[in-house]
Amino acid sequence: MKPVINESGIEVKPLYTAADVEASGGMDMVGEPGAYPFTRGIHREMYRKQPWTMRQYAGFGNPADTNARFKYLIANGQTGLNVAFDLPTQIGLDSDDPLAEGEIGRVGMSIDTLRDFEIAFDGIDLKKITVSLTINGAAAILIAMYLAMAEKRGYDIKELRGTAQNDILKEFIGRGTWIFPVEPSIRLVGDTIEYCAKEAPKYTPVSVCGYHIRESGATPAQEMAYAFCIAKAYADDAIRRGLPVDEFAGRLSYNFNIFGNIFEQVCKFRAGRSLWAKIMKEQYGAEKPGSMWLRMIAAGGGGGLTFEQPEVNIMRGAYYALISALSGTQTMALCSYDEAYTIPTEYSARISLRTMQLLIAEMGLTETVDPLAGSFYVETMTNEMRKKMEEIMAEVDAQGGIVRMVAEGTIQAKVSSQAYGMQRKIESGEFPKVGVNCYKNEQEEDHAVEFHPYNEDDARVQIESLKRIRAERDNKAVDAALARLRTDAAAGTNVMPALMAAVKAYASVGEMTKELVNVFGRYQEPIRF
Amino acid sequence: MNERRIKILLGKPGLDGHDQGAKVVARAMMDAGFEVIYTGLRQTPEQIARIALEEDVEVFSLSSMAGSHIPFCRKLKPLLEEAGLTDKLWVIGGNLPAQDHDALRALGFKGIFPSGSKLDAICDYIRKEVP
Repeated sequence: MKPVINESGIEVKPLYTAADVEASGGMDMVGEPGAYPFTRGIHREMYRKQPWTMRQYAGFGNPADTNARFKYLIANGQTGLNVAFDLPTQIGLDSDDPLAEGEIGRVGMSIDTLRDFEIAFDGIDLKKITVSLTINGAAAILIAMYLAMAEKRGYDIKELRGTAQNDILKEFIGRGTWIFPVEPSIRLVGDTIEYCAKEAPKYTPVSVCGYHIRESGATPAQEMAYAFCIAKAYADDAIRRGLPVDEFAGRLSYNFNIFGNIFEQVCKFRAGRSLWAKIMKEQYGAEKPGSMWLRMIAAGGGGGLTFEQPEVNIMRGAYYALISALSGTQTMALCSYDEAYTIPTEYSARISLRTMQLLIAEMGLTETVDPLAGSFYVETMTNEMRKKMEEIMAEVDAQGGIVRMVAEGTIQAKVSSQAYGMQRKIESGEFPKVGVNCYKNEQEEDHAVEFHPYNEDDARVQIESLKRIRAERDNKAVDAALARLRTDAAAGTNVMPALMAAVKAYASVGEMTKELVNVFGRYQEPIRF
Repeated sequence: MNERRIKILLGKPGLDGHDQGAKVVARAMMDAGFEVIYTGLRQTPEQIARIALEEDVEVFSLSSMAGSHIPFCRKLKPLLEEAGLTDKLWVIGGNLPAQDHDALRALGFKGIFPSGSKLDAICDYIRKEVP
């Protein structure tokens, strides 16, 4: 019989028995849901009490266009928002920057000032709908903008919930929306963690992303192990500032990817939950259970979807949602079937939403906690995935730690070499992919994908609006706020209070970023193969 | 063995940060025996044209995933022409909807490789087109 090795490098046996569970470490790490080490889930009743949040990634064009899409998704039963920003916003450029030409509102909505946030979230109850901002390089600025917008609308930011992605280390590995060099980038993440711990204690300032590392070529075990190494780097920074672990660890969250083998993914999450709890308890001395929780969004990943036969991606999405539910996630999202081509249409976004709702309404996935527990296979694989992740984390430590590996480009080179190996395996047929190297249509028909229209006029409207705000705002107040930002950044003081003042004065994303670049410099990408 | 190595510039135009595909293609090109100059992320049209000229490449290629390929290439074409690079092979790959292919050809791109293209197909094409 040919051996089967999963993507994480673990051999899968044709049959598992109680002896395999024993040999892999037994049931000691299983425990009860809601109790350490949380393998079975971070809450005792999980989805019986509250089903997962459904949070599709959305945003395009001007803030008003995005506001309309948000309202459409909410009207169709979506319970959270995940905001997509355009590339100029993501890397800290104003819409009138020459480098922004052709990119405004293209892959997400365009944001220049607080006014844009006021429009984007107009009419949305921020208590009922939690908002996740997919922003990294410019995260400190946009977190300040979100908090300021909420405050202006009368919400008490002490009670405000929401999330920012704000995981800059993974941007250096994949996704690429970095701005500043590695060290000051980590400091900015630390500033947001520290500020939120004190001023917005229910806000989640960081969502550490294994997701994009996986998309860049990491295995499922590496995805989680590298994410933990990155989360530890942020936690270490917070500890160096004198923050007690239990004051910030409960507000760290995670973003993970789902595609590939069902059981490997489910066991990845079960293993990861207990490993993170163990790290926080044993290495950081956390005492509050919340500090040990692996809170996460587990999202059906674009990396698994195909250009070929795009309608088959609907079925892939259904399996990914099933995996996500079996994994005990807090939040779920799915790449839509047309997302390999374009920004999803309302129609395809609704199909994704209905896919997740089906599991709640018809399939019984919310009725009992961690239904796969006790399976010889699942418990053995969970133990083996945990061991694999610990090995990978030890390798990272032995090579000088994740921060150094990212700065030198060694992690980037490793995952990109794996991506190349996988692409070769797909092209040779060694790694089966339906519609790509097997079960191909005899004749490739025209794909039933409707392209999202890009409105060239959106850019003109956005630039005019920015110019109007610059003319109408109190520019003396803006200059003073920017001067304070410059001083605080240079002095090593937490920049968040200065950013809060600047966004409230309607300083623009580009203006604030420029001040920080003048102090921190810009990242120079190491090109390594 | 005096086989000349084909020299290729592989550029990441604009603000798009999706470089997994570009890096995979770069490795395939290196394995095929080509010399690859990979620019890294966030190159302006001016930067890309300058590197192509300085490096004296025979093939000029771009990887674009975030949809801004047409406005970018519109700015790039006159710069490449000015630099006297019209006799080079221009190739583009990535998330390129079929409806844009004619426009890309009109902008000087002879080789168009949308997502889903095979690595060997890209390398074979370059070997065939570069004399």
